[in-house]
Amino acid sequence: MTVLDSTAPNETLALSAHWTPVCSYTDLLPERGAAVLVGDRQVAVFRTFDGALYALGNLDPFSGAYVMSRGIVGTRNGEPTVASPMHKQVFSLVTGVCVDDSAVAVPTYPIRVTDGTVEVSAV
Amino acid sequence: MRDRERMRLVVVGHGPAAHRLIETLADRGFDGTVTVFGEEPRPAYDRVALTSYLSGKSVEDLTYPVPDGVTLRTGVRVTAVDRANRTVTTDAGDNEPYDVLVLATGSAPFVPPVPGRDLPGCFVYRTIDDLDAIRDASRDARAGVVIGGGLLGLEAADALRGLGLDTHVIEMSGWLMPRQVDEGGGSVLRGHIEGLGLTIHTGAGVRSIEAGPDGRVASLVKPDGEAIDAQVVVFSAGVRPRDELARACGLEVGERGGVVVDEGMRTSDEHIYAIGECALAGGMVYGLVGPCNTQAEVAADRILRRPAAFTGADMSTKLKLLGVEVAQFGAMSGALDVTYMDPVGGVYKRLFISDDATTLLGGICVGDAGPYSALRPFVGKPLPGAPSDLLFAGAGKASVDLPDDAQVCSCNNVTKGRICEAIADKGLTDVQGIKDCTRAGTTCGSCVPMLKQILVKSGVDVGKALCEHFPHSRAELFDIVNVRGITTFSQLIAEHGTGRGCDICKPVVASILASLGRGHILDGEQATLQDTNDQFLANIQKNGTYSVVPRIPGGEITPDKLIVIGEVARDFGLYTKITGGQRIDLLGARVEQLPAIWRRLVDAGFESGHAYGKALRTVKSCVGSTWCRYGVQDSVGLAIALELRYRGLRSPHKLKAAVSGCARECAEARSKDFGVIATEQGWNLYVAGNGGFKPRHADLLAADLSTDDLVRTIDRFLMFYIRTADRLQRTAAWLESLDGGLDYLREVIMEDSLGICAELDAQMERHVSTYVDEWRAAIEDPDKLRRFVSFVNAPGVPDPSISFETERDQIKPVLIPLEVTRR
Repeated sequence: MTVLDSTAPNETLALSAHWTPVCSYTDLLPERGAAVLVGDRQVAVFRTFDGALYALGNLDPFSGAYVMSRGIVGTRNGEPTVASPMHKQVFSLVTGVCVDDSAVAVPTYPIRVTDGTVEVSAV
Repeated sequence: MRDRERMRLVVVGHGPAAHRLIETLADRGFDGTVTVFGEEPRPAYDRVALTSYLSGKSVEDLTYPVPDGVTLRTGVRVTAVDRANRTVTTDAGDNEPYDVLVLATGSAPFVPPVPGRDLPGCFVYRTIDDLDAIRDASRDARAGVVIGGGLLGLEAADALRGLGLDTHVIEMSGWLMPRQVDEGGGSVLRGHIEGLGLTIHTGAGVRSIEAGPDGRVASLVKPDGEAIDAQVVVFSAGVRPRDELARACGLEVGERGGVVVDEGMRTSDEHIYAIGECALAGGMVYGLVGPCNTQAEVAADRILRRPAAFTGADMSTKLKLLGVEVAQFGAMSGALDVTYMDPVGGVYKRLFISDDATTLLGGICVGDAGPYSALRPFVGKPLPGAPSDLLFAGAGKASVDLPDDAQVCSCNNVTKGRICEAIADKGLTDVQGIKDCTRAGTTCGSCVPMLKQILVKSGVDVGKALCEHFPHSRAELFDIVNVRGITTFSQLIAEHGTGRGCDICKPVVASILASLGRGHILDGEQATLQDTNDQFLANIQKNGTYSVVPRIPGGEITPDKLIVIGEVARDFGLYTKITGGQRIDLLGARVEQLPAIWRRLVDAGFESGHAYGKALRTVKSCVGSTWCRYGVQDSVGLAIALELRYRGLRSPHKLKAAVSGCARECAEARSKDFGVIATEQGWNLYVAGNGGFKPRHADLLAADLSTDDLVRTIDRFLMFYIRTADRLQRTAAWLESLDGGLDYLREVIMEDSLGICAELDAQMERHVSTYVDEWRAAIEDPDKLRRFVSFVNAPGVPDPSISFETERDQIKPVLIPLEVTRR
């Protein structure tokens, strides 16, 4: 999960997907997220310390606010995570599943880097 | 007709023993009626802590809560008991019928028949009214004498010293505290007390007390003719049981006083019990809080027709008097003894051992009561180690392989077995849990270190690990970062942790780095450690917008600046509200609006109020002596100076403060992490208060400080807190978790007992001299500004999910109906 140019949690889905360029790779800070608009969908994209990229829905399902991109990135038992900035529930960046309440999940989207440009497939 | 099913219980007296009785009855489901008559004008209060009333505790702090359903009549004295008709008569002329009567009339100070003992200026030391009178008389006094050098006498001497009097103590026997220590201990104790400037006269009596021309006490004459200048005299020559009611109604009393009771605390009348200092149980009158509480519980059980017996009590004591630890446990003599005496260091310890050198009989400690907690439970049991080692046993050193029947808390008679049972049954994981469940450690607190050890021995992981990434506590991480000069999270976690951190450890380390002045909180990697509030230098609200709070030091603001705030709010369409900290909150800003809002505010002379940070928030103030007709000091000026000094200081949790210009306390300083209240002579400093979920009044740390001394003391208090507190632990919980509490804090930051004050001072100096406004630094740095967008791929587009409606002429968030996706 550390490939810079073709990282997608749902690889098979990604093959047929439409890729939207969202920003340059260097716009993203290590260990931090940013929100992007893909069509009218809000996506939170994250770059972790090892250079890997992840994309989740930006809507925090617990608070109803579009804030996931502003959470603190980290690890739980080695798995990369983000904590909602609203009430601190932790979600897996890989699966979108809430670590504190596995019945809740946020959507994940394929993400990759092409020639230094980050692309998301969320349409 | 009365309800014949319900027992009518009448209690005469409302002191600590009566309180424990009615509280125990309430806890154990007593379904009768309870009527309590108290002679004092107020409900029962904690007499053990009486002296703290003079150093700033209020009556409310000391007062015990009255259980629901109890009829308490204060300021009413019971004048007679009619045993035949089972009624009591009060001085208000009422007759109250009873089925069961409990006498808890306590004791009265014994005042020896010395000529002049009734002069104005002579006092006893028992009630809050006594202390009020002593305080009033001390205002115009130079010197005071306490007659009696026992435990209570030295308490009284401490009080007189605290009131600024040149203080003498007169003790009949050859040394101080003859009931708790032997001659060797007494001499070491005397050395300590004389070192504080008190004058001790042992083996001495009083010939007379002489009046001055104004008819008030002017001096005290010893039998040898020596006259001691004194305007205040306090008698503390022992107490006598208040058994006059019992005598008058023909109950059996002891030869030397005290209402005779059996093992169930029942008097010679089967309908009447006696408890506490008025009772003579097994030929003894008990004056310590522990045995009196036990008596109250036994009486409660008997009233509930449950088996219980009082068969004597552990008279062990551990206390701190005038800054000196004194402890005594078990016997005060034995066939063999081991003694350690260090007159230079002021330490005396002696253990008494059986003639075959196998059994611990008792011990005396002065200057270091370490062995008390460790060894008291071993009294009457085999020695747990070599006697010479045991002299140096302290909390944490001696083994706690105690038998289950060993008493751990003597104040509340709680055994180790009961504590272990509570830990196992209730799944307790901390000392507070043990306190709540068993009462152990809730009275004098000396067994708290033992409780911690029992927790550990019970296999409870009193885990200090911050999270899965660091096995350290916050305080340990602070030391590592400080000592090793670590400047980044990556370095810290690589060298001392595992994994890549999380939302718990990252903000903690960010806060530590900020406290130590290691750069702007949004510089480089630090930006990635911050919670969203610190990342955007504003407070996130429920719809994902932020609130902006400019600093208004001390709550003082010019009309021009007020107008700027109004204009900014109007121009950006923000909701405005006045906060509890005397400033103005502007809510509803989207992230991309923040830099423009700050620019307007910064240009007008505002800076960040750090409402978003675990940092100093505000120093609130009243209007002070400049305008207020009651004010005695300039509270606004001091509040502004303090707020500017500590602004931006990052800490384990938010910090709030206040300054009041007089004792009326309009700034509510005692509900703050640090609060200052003006006095005629300077400033009183209170620490570790808070409002919030669990309110706590701040404790008086030091009185009548000059402004310089005040600032230095607050500097050290804050830095010591920042160094040693746990994550998200406010000062109130931190102080309560410190071993030794307020006294320990005073030793560390006022007497420099750890030798760290120079470092604390330097750290605060660095904070003050390197402070920069975080907003200004952000708007002047293009790199930082780039982060203030709703969408990186559409910087000009506002978040479409944010919308508002209008309520009372201002905006209000429209919330999206929430559908949690459940798999």
